[in-house]
Amino acid sequence: METGGQPLTLLALLLPFLAAALAPVLFRVLKHNAAWLLALAPAAIFVHLAGFVSQVAAGQAVAGGYDWIPSLGIRFSWYLDGLSLTFGLLISGIGALIVLYSGGYLKGHAQQGRFISFILLFMGAMLGLVVSDSFLMLFVFWELTSITSFLLIGFDHRRQAARRAALQALVVTGMGGLSLLAGLLVVSSVTGARDLSTLLLSGDALRESPLYLVALLLVLGGAFTKSAQFPFHFWLPNAMEAPTPVSAYLHSATMVKAGVYLLMRLNPVLGDTVAWETLLPVFGGTTLLVGALLAVRQTDLKLMLAYTTVSSLGLLVMLTGFGSERAIEAAVLYLVAHSLFKGALFMVAGLVDHETGTRDIRRLGGLSRLMPVTFAAGLLAALSMGGMPLFLGFVAKEEIYAAVAVGGAWPATLTSIAIAGNALMFAIAFTVGLKPFLGQGGDMPKKPHEGPALLWIGPLCLALLGLAAGLFPYALHAAISSPMASAVAGTSLEVKASGIPHLGTPLYLSAATIALGIAFYRLQDRLRDFVAGVLAAIGWGPDRGFDQVLRGLMRLSFAVTRVIQNGRLDIYLTVTFLVVAVTLLVPMIFYGELPALPRFPDLALHEWTIIIIAVIGLGAVVYAKDRLTAIVSLGIQGFAVALLFMLFGAPDLSFTQFMVETLSVVILALVMTRLKLTPADHRPRREKTVDLMVSGACGAAFGLLLLKVTQLPFDDGLSAFYEANSRALAHGRNIVNVIIVDFRGLDTLGEIAVVMVAGLAILALIRVKTIDTAEEKT
Amino acid sequence: MRTLIFRTAAPYLTALMLLFSVFVLLRGHNEPGGGFIGGLIAASAFAIQGIAFGVPTVRRALHFHPIAISGFGLLLAALSGLVSLAFGVPFLTGLWASPSVLGVKVDLSTVMVFDIGVYLAVVGSITSIALGLEDREDD
Repeated sequence: METGGQPLTLLALLLPFLAAALAPVLFRVLKHNAAWLLALAPAAIFVHLAGFVSQVAAGQAVAGGYDWIPSLGIRFSWYLDGLSLTFGLLISGIGALIVLYSGGYLKGHAQQGRFISFILLFMGAMLGLVVSDSFLMLFVFWELTSITSFLLIGFDHRRQAARRAALQALVVTGMGGLSLLAGLLVVSSVTGARDLSTLLLSGDALRESPLYLVALLLVLGGAFTKSAQFPFHFWLPNAMEAPTPVSAYLHSATMVKAGVYLLMRLNPVLGDTVAWETLLPVFGGTTLLVGALLAVRQTDLKLMLAYTTVSSLGLLVMLTGFGSERAIEAAVLYLVAHSLFKGALFMVAGLVDHETGTRDIRRLGGLSRLMPVTFAAGLLAALSMGGMPLFLGFVAKEEIYAAVAVGGAWPATLTSIAIAGNALMFAIAFTVGLKPFLGQGGDMPKKPHEGPALLWIGPLCLALLGLAAGLFPYALHAAISSPMASAVAGTSLEVKASGIPHLGTPLYLSAATIALGIAFYRLQDRLRDFVAGVLAAIGWGPDRGFDQVLRGLMRLSFAVTRVIQNGRLDIYLTVTFLVVAVTLLVPMIFYGELPALPRFPDLALHEWTIIIIAVIGLGAVVYAKDRLTAIVSLGIQGFAVALLFMLFGAPDLSFTQFMVETLSVVILALVMTRLKLTPADHRPRREKTVDLMVSGACGAAFGLLLLKVTQLPFDDGLSAFYEANSRALAHGRNIVNVIIVDFRGLDTLGEIAVVMVAGLAILALIRVKTIDTAEEKT
Repeated sequence: MRTLIFRTAAPYLTALMLLFSVFVLLRGHNEPGGGFIGGLIAASAFAIQGIAFGVPTVRRALHFHPIAISGFGLLLAALSGLVSLAFGVPFLTGLWASPSVLGVKVDLSTVMVFDIGVYLAVVGSITSIALGLEDREDD
């Protein structure tokens, strides 16, 4: 393991956040051209990370970090091996292109600066997620990607659909985040590891633990929700409510791959078990098929791409769980290829939408001459997605078939699923990347022409990269695929897949896929109607289920609130006091801790007088004819108690008690007049009896508790400490005050915060009352 | 309650109580007293003034909204604790300085600032409650 470049790497990790802070200002000054400047931030990160490629390819991971909370042993540490480095390069590289694209896409939008700011924040979170070494950082960044994606999906917050989609994504991925946290805690308690680099060295500890299945299921809960695996896939297509740059970035190349990243990262310690090799292919394969079929159903370019993304994620999960080194190599290649072509196709779809005003495939046509650059980018990306020779998509697909077509019933099932899914994706690829550009002019709201450079530079770059990587796969393997596959597998692997077709099973399967794909492409209208019919027949999906769950939750909370918060003050008070009485009395009686009967006190005459005054005050409270007399009598009793405090040597307490009693009398009297209560108390006898019993129980409970406390031997350790140190350490002779402001200052800070918040709340209550009465009058 | 006697006595009472509250606040470190008690005394003073002359008069005299005073007190208390960061000691550690002003040694400390914060938080909250309840003209 190599450490080095620490300050620069830290800067690289923080740079997106700095750029995000600057974005709104820059956009106000430079308008959309600020995108050129801001794209330098991710580009710089890309260059910095690229500097590690040779070192990582040589098998040396880059690790580093700083202490974050040393007292808890938490470090802000990173770990860059082939897997995280590839992700880092994808995030920063595609990120730079996306910033440029957003500059053109939202040109003239009033909130463009805010949008780019969110994009950069997301980039920072995602980058942090993939390079994090410590579990805690991983989790923090994981949640941060959920939150920033919430902001991005709900960017157009005036539309209800966007708000719903944002909330849905947050709820689903947030729940997954909690599941992941629990999973990481289990992993940590089983292996004792608190960071990934330690965990990866733990060998079979996790697999042999009885908690293995629990940990696995919890981690899968996180990964499957993030990576939109069936049945949690529904949030991803809904997230297409976001502006297209978001879809191109989050929902193709980065965020949705976080789940796959996690699975790949944990493969060396969680993988290679029956559960792993069953759950992942089953869920992945289902997602692959469901996603591809649902994609065919769509007519909106972005939604088609979204469902194929679901499908591709399913394929990746399936390969990761297949359990062979070849499958891991295939997953790695497909992941890189998918990031390139899907990012490009999303941007092409957005570009077409931007220039024509529609994304409906039935209305688009004949764009090849009007938008030649876009066409080139779209076609190149589609060729890669379709898995045509010379493109990276082909290399990946060959590798997939080579990995899964190994004989046996289970691999055969997965192979046929892969072929069906890939063929459907082939059809979609060309529906998005080719169909809008062919034929005669469609029925489009705007007159299309080629978009500005800011818009086509991104998709073109990604599409060309897909071709370049397909033409020179060995360079890619040396720099990216082999180190990444080695990191995922946990042993050194060398990827050898080539872009030149050569005879063998994979090629035949590829050919079959392409033939089937072409058939699907030709028949897509009928296929769409068929899938639509099936879906209508089912009539229920997880998306609707999500709404039902939310509605049920809402109804439950309403019901609970109606019971607990019924709005009747007398019930609240009765419940509160009853709880106090029960909590004090039950343990005392249950554990036989009742105090002994005290002996008759030996008091002086004046002390007796004060006690009698207190008792008379209490009697007056109970027998008073009107409320005001009762309130004042309560004050008399309080004053008598304050006098007792003074006589028995607690001047501070007594002082405060006097003030509190005075103010409570004043405030209670004010409340009474304010609430316009009747002067006298008209409770029925039954209610009075209940109240009497509750207050009697409460009083008895406190009295017994105090008696018990005074009968226990007094530990004067604390008072001795304060007496000894009040003057010496805190320069004060008044121990009470020294305790309040110095020794226990933090408590006091909390208390005055409570005092202030209570004041604020009471003020609000008074105001509410005023508004209500004002409304009644009008 | 606006009797002549009460209204004549109220300003003197209020002024005296306020003065006393500050006295109690400042002597609190060595004698009975402190921010809590001082704050309660000052709040009663404002309540008396409010009963005698009406809430608007007190609000004008206070200039700031009482709850803002309370918030400022809380902030002051928290900030006084932050001073310790500059000296590398834990949050809220008391720091003392004893400069000589006109030949008299004056003990100053962050603890005193903290206590003033407590005083303001209590005054502000209780006064805002009392004034809010007294304020009956608006409904």
